[in-house]
Amino acid sequence: MAQTITRPSRSREPVTGTALSSRKKRSFLADLYSTAVGKKYAMAISGIALMGFVFFHMLGNLKMYLGAAEINSYAEFLKKLLYPLAPKGAVLWIFRGGLLAMLVLHLHAAWSLTVMNRQARPVKYQSPRDYEVANFASRTMRYSGMIVASFLTWHLLDLTFGVVNTVGAEGTFVRAEVYENIVRSLSRWPVAAFYILANLLLGIHLRHGAWSIFQSLGWNNPRFNAWRWTFATAFAAIVVVGNVSFPIAVLLGIVKV
Amino acid sequence: MKLINDLKLKVWRQDGPDAAGHFETHVVEKVSDEASFLEMLDQLNERLIGEGKEAVVFDHDCREGICGTCSLMINGRAHGPQRATTTCQLHMRTFKSGDEIVIEPWRAAAFPIIKDLMVDRSSFDRIIEAGGFITAPTGGAPDANLILVPKPVADAAMDSAACIGCGACVAACPNGAASLFAGAKISHLNVLPQGQSERYKRAEAMVHAMDDQFGSCTNHGECSAACPKEISLDVIAMMNSDFRKSKSKNRKALSRG
Repeated sequence: MAQTITRPSRSREPVTGTALSSRKKRSFLADLYSTAVGKKYAMAISGIALMGFVFFHMLGNLKMYLGAAEINSYAEFLKKLLYPLAPKGAVLWIFRGGLLAMLVLHLHAAWSLTVMNRQARPVKYQSPRDYEVANFASRTMRYSGMIVASFLTWHLLDLTFGVVNTVGAEGTFVRAEVYENIVRSLSRWPVAAFYILANLLLGIHLRHGAWSIFQSLGWNNPRFNAWRWTFATAFAAIVVVGNVSFPIAVLLGIVKV
Repeated sequence: MKLINDLKLKVWRQDGPDAAGHFETHVVEKVSDEASFLEMLDQLNERLIGEGKEAVVFDHDCREGICGTCSLMINGRAHGPQRATTTCQLHMRTFKSGDEIVIEPWRAAAFPIIKDLMVDRSSFDRIIEAGGFITAPTGGAPDANLILVPKPVADAAMDSAACIGCGACVAACPNGAASLFAGAKISHLNVLPQGQSERYKRAEAMVHAMDDQFGSCTNHGECSAACPKEISLDVIAMMNSDFRKSKSKNRKALSRG
């Protein structure tokens, strides 16, 4: 059997029982990323990084309930991470760069896997499918992801660059006035509605994603497998409840200038 | 025995791999509720042959649920509406008089249609050829218990070995992925002592063979739900984990002079 492989796979030498395949030229990570399983690893690892971000972003924003001074000084603290060891803002920019790289990786892996999956079934089923366990979350990952990404763009233009924020009392956008900027932005109901919608979709995306991480990374242990859904649901719920509370608090006037 | 009447079948007819296919409607009368789904199709074919028409081509062999030859997408579900059941073991008592039953072949780029409902599943053979075996000296059967296997390990291997290679996992997967099949075949041998010497060669080679032909896993779980042998998603996690390890372990093995 080992010697009678008739049709070797397209890009690789067959690995027989008695001989190892010839040495690959590519680096370890590039070789891993060239495969679908490797791309799933990239999805999972970048997903973990982005999950870490959304969690701490939500946690930091909870400070708005403690008042303007608290959250504005927290924003200042982020700029001064490791200061004076590192220059002001340096660590923050390293984080931003890392997150951007992770986002690009997440999008690229998603894109190339989607292309691969479309090619795997060029002729669709001609009758309606009856899905048994695939849920709304798992089947809409691409769309929920795209809507969240477009929200992210708006969110950055709104509260980081101030391009679409309503201007303050002096008529200019002051980035350091985090609290005031949030209140001004979210008191516009269409913005608050988009914010809530995007966060609900983020929660749906997170629930399937947080569970999938375990499968993609091969973290499988019969003792803990039952907890994987619990973790995913709890994580998504915490992030969504925290985030959605902000526009509601602003609209109800609990958080106001 | 009860008779089921007025079954409206919408059957996929296709003359050859490159021909355009279409649904053809037939009404089948007087089907015993004790008949299997395939026997109902036999009944239809007998009538068609009697009328001088071409019989509907479909795959079948053992008709006792263990060979993995039968297929069919029945009302949007692989192997029909009953869980853990192959098409040949699906009985007509699942349906009632007047039901409309839509029958389609498996659809995947790797499973080209040969004719009507019959598909070519030799892409699975490519995966097995890449590593779904152990290189053992042939000859007389070894003595029983010559190689000790812990009971839980033997059970886990048996659960994976239950895979009959029918292709329902690929058919049910929205991405046309073969992760459940490859995972079952990899974990079957990779947990057993007999499979250890080729463990990482196997994982790498079989995943590459799978990658070249099928889509990728997005953790819907449709495969496991459609599987007539109820193979668990755990085998996919194990495959992912062994594949990652194989990439570094095989590199290390190859770099020895």
